[in-house]
Amino acid sequence: MTPFAYAAAPTAEAAIGRAARVDGAEFIAGGTDMLQLLQERVREPAELIDINGLPLAGIEVGPDIIRVGALTRMAEVADDRRIQEACPVVAQALRLSASAQVRNMASIGGNLLQRTRCLYFRDVATPCNRREPGSGCPAQNGQNRMTAILGTSPHCIAAYPGDLAVALVALDAEVEVSGASGERRIPVEELHRLPGITPQIETVLEPGDLITAVLIPTSDHARRSHYLKVRDRASFEFAVTSAAVALDGDGGTIRQARVAVGGVATKPWRLRQVEVALIGRPLDADVIRAAAARASDGAAPRARNAFKVELLRRTVERALCTVAGLA
Amino acid sequence: MKGRSAAITDLPAAPTITDVLAPRREFDITLLVNGVQHRLTVDARTTLLDALRDRLHLTGTKKGCELGQCGACTILLRGTRINACLTLAVMHQDAAITTIEGLATDDELHPLQSAFIEQDGMQCGYCTPGQIMSALGLIREGRTGSDDEIREHMSGNICRCGAYTNIVAAIKQAADILARP
Repeated sequence: MTPFAYAAAPTAEAAIGRAARVDGAEFIAGGTDMLQLLQERVREPAELIDINGLPLAGIEVGPDIIRVGALTRMAEVADDRRIQEACPVVAQALRLSASAQVRNMASIGGNLLQRTRCLYFRDVATPCNRREPGSGCPAQNGQNRMTAILGTSPHCIAAYPGDLAVALVALDAEVEVSGASGERRIPVEELHRLPGITPQIETVLEPGDLITAVLIPTSDHARRSHYLKVRDRASFEFAVTSAAVALDGDGGTIRQARVAVGGVATKPWRLRQVEVALIGRPLDADVIRAAAARASDGAAPRARNAFKVELLRRTVERALCTVAGLA
Repeated sequence: MKGRSAAITDLPAAPTITDVLAPRREFDITLLVNGVQHRLTVDARTTLLDALRDRLHLTGTKKGCELGQCGACTILLRGTRINACLTLAVMHQDAAITTIEGLATDDELHPLQSAFIEQDGMQCGYCTPGQIMSALGLIREGRTGSDDEIREHMSGNICRCGAYTNIVAAIKQAADILARP
């Protein structure tokens, strides 16, 4: 690791102020992704501001909204019965993430901000536009089996690796952010940026911005939601493809549908064209199949990940059939 | 300021709340490991794993990947299993830490240690301290309802020798013993 200075923040204001003012100051919470990136010298912060002492942990369930403090650990959220009932897709996405040890350590806010698993991003011996702007993207024609097919650019095709953010995007969740200029809310769907020509700018957060909570709206479709993760081994592995789905039916008709996918896109990815093909139609296997057939619309596959185009359609179809009771 | 009195404009501004942080690269810390307090000076970069092994010479906790992928460094922090390689020593002053060295008493192995021996839950043994500490966390989490549940919730511990079948048997044996009143 490259040397850095460390301080534990006594207050959120102190943490935000320091990170906003000092170039190279970064927050550390659970540390599970940060330590990997420090070890590999992918990240070389000048200062680490430890926010674990801040009172930002805990789950509050209100009638319309569930508020999960940013320092709540993944395991606590996954195991919370209220979360499991109100939005099973969130509990399932967390339960299918990482290992028991990592889930005990990693914070909810930090989980959303985990960095891509693209081999080139994590290997400082290789070029990577996301890590070192302008150096190139060897993934375009290299080891690209695990990279994205949606939201890519000629400068970066790295997949967003997380599961939780995909579930949150499906449920129209927001993050609460405190920053140098006050508090604001950002839809999780707008938190991450497309790589475009500036893949090194991964989120809309400014220096000093601190995620303080995740806000999940409760709904009938959230109660009937599901997360399906397809991966190369049965546990402790990142998604090749994943789907977060939520459905609400009125008799035999689909009243609400939400579909977001992971493992296939440069950011957590909502599939509105699939939702439109579901809403107002009868809840049956034919409708689901026809809607899921549109899951990969606009995909730009590379040599080694072209299989994801069909796998994504089938992932979405199976997740919808599961939540509809048709699997 | 020697030799002249400071003009009012020379005085430092009253510190604001945003100025209270003074990040440093070296720290005198206290770690509470297996009930014993240890004082040591560490660089901010020192992982909890390196502090345990290289500074406190508690080498039962193993270093495998240093990336949280193998589980060889699993310890309990406040009774909960974590990867000691994925956190900094300076972040855990005075928090109760349990390592493999803290399980046995002078004349008696912990039931998990006995079970791993009796069920032959190892070959080379390198992953075994991490497996045992992880299994202790697993049992406390109540995740021993079935073989599948044990396997799923032990997936953070890799055994390259492939002793998994016997590891599951050892965990079941120990969980049964520890559940007795």
